Amino acid sequence: MRFIYFCLLLTCFACKNEPKAQNSQNEPEPTVAVDSLKVYNFEEFESLLHKKDDQVYVINFWATWCAPCIKELPSFEKLNKVYATSNVEVILVSLDFPNQYDSKLKPYISSKGLKSKVVALNDPDSNSWIPKVNPDWSGAIPATLIYNKNERKFYEQSFEYPELEKALIQFLN
Amino acid sequence: MKKTLQTLIVLTLIFTGFSFTTTYEGYDIGDIATDFKLENIDGNMVSMADYPDAKGFIITFTCNTCPYAVAYEDRINDLNKKYANKGYPVIAIMPNNPETKPGDKMEAMKARAKAKGFTFPYLMDKGQKIYPQYGATKTPHIYVLEKTQKGPIVKYIGAIDDNYQDAKAVKQHYVENAVDALLNGEPIAEPKTRAIGCSIKL
Repeated sequence: MRFIYFCLLLTCFACKNEPKAQNSQNEPEPTVAVDSLKVYNFEEFESLLHKKDDQVYVINFWATWCAPCIKELPSFEKLNKVYATSNVEVILVSLDFPNQYDSKLKPYISSKGLKSKVVALNDPDSNSWIPKVNPDWSGAIPATLIYNKNERKFYEQSFEYPELEKALIQFLN
Repeated sequence: MKKTLQTLIVLTLIFTGFSFTTTYEGYDIGDIATDFKLENIDGNMVSMADYPDAKGFIITFTCNTCPYAVAYEDRINDLNKKYANKGYPVIAIMPNNPETKPGDKMEAMKARAKAKGFTFPYLMDKGQKIYPQYGATKTPHIYVLEKTQKGPIVKYIGAIDDNYQDAKAVKQHYVENAVDALLNGEPIAEPKTRAIGCSIKL
């Protein structure tokens, strides 16, 4: 067990010593980073919900064990691809259980070749943070937040691509 | 004519609006909850009316296939062991459509209940008529009801506790706190809480 902690610690340091990529200037630093997967608690994660730049953010809450989430994931991937040059960033926020990051989540990301940014949110006291994502969210996933610096909309539902694109386009005009 | 048309349009809009809100709203604290008659894993039909001596109920929408629900199975069992003989039994209802989620079919429910030694009824919401009335959106989703002359009143809606990952790390036992408060005739400090869960499958 200690060895694992030691490894995690090493990984952390390794990450921090890396020169920062250009687009990560405003990124919060996660406590733990396993391989390339960033794992946040809500406090660290929250700034991703309140960026004030000129981009539109599409934040999708999902997990590998959530069947409707997996079903709609290709729509988010497509959105990310189609609107890559339109100042749109898709962030897939995994709520997978930490003991499945290595066994399920990371293999899923690589086998599907996900191109959207994937982060993991690990904060078991969800009653404290669900209302901070949106006051109307019951906590069911899938759920999606679309926002820019001026407005935000929250969707506790599944998306097909046409509806998702329609929801995004409201933010592009 | 134009005016009639306008009125019609306005009325239609209002009614559509209403039908939407009634469909999705569900119960709030203080509402009277509907009874049900649903098939249990032993083949019998179960209603709240079958419990004349109960003071209330811990209605738990849960299923076999949601990892959050699974993480709470032992704790749901413990709730029933702790509170059934104090007058607040657990009644679990499986709200998913088993055609969409074969892992939640009656046979699978029976197997799961047996494997986990469930001490409470585990009912199939056949036709998915009950969970929308309660307003459950996910599993697990708990409603603590108190029996009154008027019917069972909703006293608590939400999560079991504040840590799905680790029962030992729980700081707030929301459902226990709610039932304890009811048993002691005290107000419930946190009558509504939220937690991540799996959306109910249509």
